[in-house]
Amino acid sequence: MSSTKYILGLFDDPDEMMHGIDKLQKNSVPIYDVYTPMPIHGIEAKLGIKDSRLGYAAFMFGCLGGTTILSMVYYFLSYDWPMNIGGKPHFGLPDFIPVTFEWSVLFASFGMAFTFFYSTHLFPGRAPRVMDLRATNDRFVIAIDAKGNIPHEDITNLLKEAGAVEIKHNDRKYVSYE
Amino acid sequence: MASHKESIIREPLITGKNITYAQITDDVLRPVENKPNKAWWIGFTVASLGALLWVFAVSWTFWFGIGSWGLNKTVGWAWDITGFVWWVGIGHAGTLISAVLLLFRQKWRNSINRSAEAMTIFAVICAATYVVSHMGRPWMALYCLPLPNQYGSLWVNFNSPLIWDVFAISTYFSVSLVFWYTGLLPDIATIRDRGTGWYRRIYSILSFGWTGSVKTWQRFETVSLILAGISTPLVLSVHTIVSMDFATSLEPGWHTTIFPPYFVAGAIFSGFAMVQTLLLVTRKVLGLENYITMFHIESMNKIILVTGSVVGVAYITEFFIAYYSGGEYEQYTFLNRFIGPYWWAACMMYGCNVLMTQVMWFKKVRTNIPMSWVLSIIVNIGMWFERFVIIVTSLHRDYIPSSWAMFYPTWIDVSVFIGSIGVFFTLFLLFIRVLPSIAMAEVKLLLKESSEQAKLEEIEAGHLDPAQVEFYKNSLKKFDSVDVSAYENA
Repeated sequence: MSSTKYILGLFDDPDEMMHGIDKLQKNSVPIYDVYTPMPIHGIEAKLGIKDSRLGYAAFMFGCLGGTTILSMVYYFLSYDWPMNIGGKPHFGLPDFIPVTFEWSVLFASFGMAFTFFYSTHLFPGRAPRVMDLRATNDRFVIAIDAKGNIPHEDITNLLKEAGAVEIKHNDRKYVSYE
Repeated sequence: MASHKESIIREPLITGKNITYAQITDDVLRPVENKPNKAWWIGFTVASLGALLWVFAVSWTFWFGIGSWGLNKTVGWAWDITGFVWWVGIGHAGTLISAVLLLFRQKWRNSINRSAEAMTIFAVICAATYVVSHMGRPWMALYCLPLPNQYGSLWVNFNSPLIWDVFAISTYFSVSLVFWYTGLLPDIATIRDRGTGWYRRIYSILSFGWTGSVKTWQRFETVSLILAGISTPLVLSVHTIVSMDFATSLEPGWHTTIFPPYFVAGAIFSGFAMVQTLLLVTRKVLGLENYITMFHIESMNKIILVTGSVVGVAYITEFFIAYYSGGEYEQYTFLNRFIGPYWWAACMMYGCNVLMTQVMWFKKVRTNIPMSWVLSIIVNIGMWFERFVIIVTSLHRDYIPSSWAMFYPTWIDVSVFIGSIGVFFTLFLLFIRVLPSIAMAEVKLLLKESSEQAKLEEIEAGHLDPAQVEFYKNSLKKFDSVDVSAYENA
């Protein structure tokens, strides 16, 4: 039994990496994840990753923000301390459009950003789970779970044929842990 | 596919030969991973002396009150609000570049958005310091917020544009910060994975544990796009509301409906001028000529020309409406700009903003770096005078001639202003020292389709329309970072 935990195919070109994904998929090798220094367009469809739903979160947070500030203004100026300003209505809606807009944007952006951090497990001080240190620099890395995917030689050859510049058989999942 | 071919007639966004992904990382991180050079130290020393002057002048203001400024009963707003509006305006270009240009898919934004956004944040910080110091008792700043208090609670007046402004600017600052920092995460992760020891540990904390997996990138792109979508109306709302601080009053010269679009155009104008001022120096000092190319410089100059002309049209409209309104106070205010004691300020305003920018119709000027830099400084000066004219010249002579007065700044007024420039540059210099000044991940996206080397390869492969190739070769002549001789045989 080999001690390899993950097989990494390192590419120096995004198009060749996409080619590598195709090759692996044609041979029914499941891909664990792909790490890249930049967003790769079209990769989600290839790996069958569903669309992000963060837009819905942003919309809901935006609605919440707008409702919050408008309710607050209603409470302040019409209920708690109504003021007579030249007999004008206490709740003059046009005046409150700017603040309602601002808080809709504020809640939408913060709500969405924090949902993104939460769902992707990003927070200050989180131990980075990096499989290859060059994946944030100039290498496009396809990671394959070694367990159950045998023989490893075949996978190595597939990656090599696809144009991988380096293939790693890692005994540890994350190289970034001290 | 990950990349597709771009039309050859588009000018390259990355120049230079043998640029690889690793090369981009090395070039961008050079100032971060190495000791700063002499130019940085000189700049930092001067800037931090300025920042110290700011600390001193603002402390003086807090100790003795705003009586230490030159304000009087007639001119109750002067250098302080001029400086405030000037800085807020400068703070508009960053979000414009990162949000509006993203929605319009302008790829040249990729290499300038990071530093422009940083500039936005620092400019808004400078603007906020003016507001807080103008309060005289800065600990009272909390009363701008709708917080329960011992007076009843006495709430803030949501009918007032000044309160809208509190909400607009604080929202703008926070959203810009989120936008900027989210964009920084992948690049901070790059620094982290290249570093060692305590250096690595600090960037590890700052990187939030970014890995660059497929799902992370997908969500990242969604967040960027939606943030761009909601920041676009936000950035327009901010200066609209700043203009309403003036436009909703009954002051002649302020009470005009053209103010919102006029202020927004002015803000973009001055913001781009400041981006130009900073980036022309940054690209030289940090050696980033291959990423911030002549195409970027010319594009920004074109935006300065367009917005400067929009501002010019707004000026003419103001004069026409003052004449056409038949209102004698309005008419006097605008006449007074030229025949009154502040005629020289109006000359600076109209001369710098409208006349001087018109020379950018000439390509020779737009692609000339020293001239672009000087013009960007002229615009900065002109836009400061625009706010001075609107505020001081309008206030100093309004309805009752017996209360007409002049405004004379004290040395505290001047020191707060010069000091705020010091604060701004100190923050900017620290930024280019510790964080990547170019969004590496986004620039890497351009390498395979929009770089000079990719286009050269295409030309060498043949199959292209010779007329288009000729057009492309001609467009390369203006670039200072391209060796045109390589194209003679291609």
